Amino acid sequence: MTSVPQEIPLEQFIVLSAILFSIGVYGVLSRRNAVLVVMSVELMLNAVSINMVAFAVYTAPTLFVGIIFAIFIITIAAAEVGLALAVILRVFRNRGTANIDEIDTLKW
Amino acid sequence: MLASLDRFGPELAVMATAGLVLLADLVVPRRHKAWLAGLSVAGLLAAALWLVILVLRGRQASFFDDSMALDNFSIFFIFLFIAVCGTVIIASLDYAPRFGSHQGEFFALMLLATSGMMLLAGARDLVTIFVSLELTSISQFILAGLLRDDKGSEAALKYLLLGAIASAVILYGMAFLFGIAGTTRLVTTNGAPSIASTIAAGDAGIRSALILSMVFLAAGFGFKMAVVPFQMWTPDVYQGAPTPVAAFLSVGSKAAAFAVVLRIFYEGFGPNTFVGNDWKEMFAILAAVSMCVGNVMALRQTNIRRMLGYSSVAQAGNFLVGLAAISALTNGRTSLGASGVVFFLATYAFTNLGAFIAVMAISNRTDSDEIADYAGMGRRAPIPAAVLLFCLLSLTGLPPTAGFIAKVYIFNAAVQADLVWLVIVAVLNTAVSAFYYLGVARQMYLETAEGLPTLVRAPWATQGILVVAAMGVLTFGVYPIPLIEAAQRAVNVFG
Repeated sequence: MTSVPQEIPLEQFIVLSAILFSIGVYGVLSRRNAVLVVMSVELMLNAVSINMVAFAVYTAPTLFVGIIFAIFIITIAAAEVGLALAVILRVFRNRGTANIDEIDTLKW
Repeated sequence: MLASLDRFGPELAVMATAGLVLLADLVVPRRHKAWLAGLSVAGLLAAALWLVILVLRGRQASFFDDSMALDNFSIFFIFLFIAVCGTVIIASLDYAPRFGSHQGEFFALMLLATSGMMLLAGARDLVTIFVSLELTSISQFILAGLLRDDKGSEAALKYLLLGAIASAVILYGMAFLFGIAGTTRLVTTNGAPSIASTIAAGDAGIRSALILSMVFLAAGFGFKMAVVPFQMWTPDVYQGAPTPVAAFLSVGSKAAAFAVVLRIFYEGFGPNTFVGNDWKEMFAILAAVSMCVGNVMALRQTNIRRMLGYSSVAQAGNFLVGLAAISALTNGRTSLGASGVVFFLATYAFTNLGAFIAVMAISNRTDSDEIADYAGMGRRAPIPAAVLLFCLLSLTGLPPTAGFIAKVYIFNAAVQADLVWLVIVAVLNTAVSAFYYLGVARQMYLETAEGLPTLVRAPWATQGILVVAAMGVLTFGVYPIPLIEAAQRAVNVFG
């Protein structure tokens, strides 16, 4: 059982998560290096985790499902990042760059 | 618990086979890697048999505390995924030696992706949906880059980055859905609150948050379904990934995405709730845009796999017509639109697999995917060319193929749902699509191939699969009633 913190309203967590998610989206759109794009995706996923845990504590305090959901997100994000780094490494070995603007043999 | 595990059997069988294949890979000598394909197919057959027995015993029910369902809908899709995976594995025997020492991983990852799709078809809980989605996606990301060549790794990188973004977007939508309902269950059988019951209660205060969540979910799953504007990865991956993987993605991944979208939107959000019209309109617009962009972009392609990529974007638009027309009902109160989507997906599975496997059989011998190199293919490789022609006719939607029946069925649903404008767009697009589909046919049969040699015949397994796919397309084009009835029974569980 988790207790609801009285001092901080739920909205603040939602706004924090929205800001974090937006920073992630901005990073995905503006970064050129594939590794930094992956980091930005991580920001987006962490924003979701914050949201999940906040909702779990405020709206369903008797259920742990939101917190478990966050744990699943963290685990699977780790798997995804591991794979992403492996693929980026492979691309880097093939053509000596991890700049997504230069990875353009397949287009239109 | 045991009863739940029993219903979970087919998925367990496929996952266990994947593990077995990885273990067997360590001891099977390199020239006998085809045995691993045999083992994989045996595992898939065991899963199918288990499912048949479950159906005969009438074990349809919600299980694992409502987080999964074994109902006619999931049964239909599980059979479809097993068939698709088995077909691709058998057809890839010809191609698999290119994976070198990674053949075992190829078969194991195909099985893991399939088990993820099977889970997706039955998943009734946001956590389950997310985990099965990632099981499918991560396996497919690896499969796309398995050849480790220049194009393959580029395709894998694009697929992975965009896929990870799509997952994050889906999750953001799910977080709001969870926040609104206070539970992750889409529906419950024991009367406990669920997402469906919260939405059906129709509290106006949750409307804006619901629409936010709906848009995020549609965007994220739009990536998996390959609809415009989330289609960028499709042609790249279809061109760059190994051909059997592209075949598997174009059918399996798309069908799984539509299955889960039907679950979330039809079963969860519901067509007649206060947000019903919002999502139907959203899908109608996505459908129109997908068809137009997909077909226009396909027109200018010179690579057949890229062309099939854009064609699959356009086809996704056709499926979305069914989602938009979900409120059209038959006399038996079955949703015409939803059963149309399910029926269309099944016929599309035969058709697109046939087309991709024919392309694989041909390009494995010519080492080219350029449409220009298909000149005179009707003479040079008679069976693959004939099957490719027939499948392209079905993709266009000409009789007597299954694609024709499916299009008529889904357009009829749209007319009944007062979406005449969408049907006009779709029919115009069908005319446009005939240009590029029949362009390949013209190249194969009307262009001469002076001096070009007859190609070495594909192995009997590939030829057999090709003939089976073509027969499926023809059979369901002439006598579609059993498949239509199965599709209607499948969507009746949401009624």
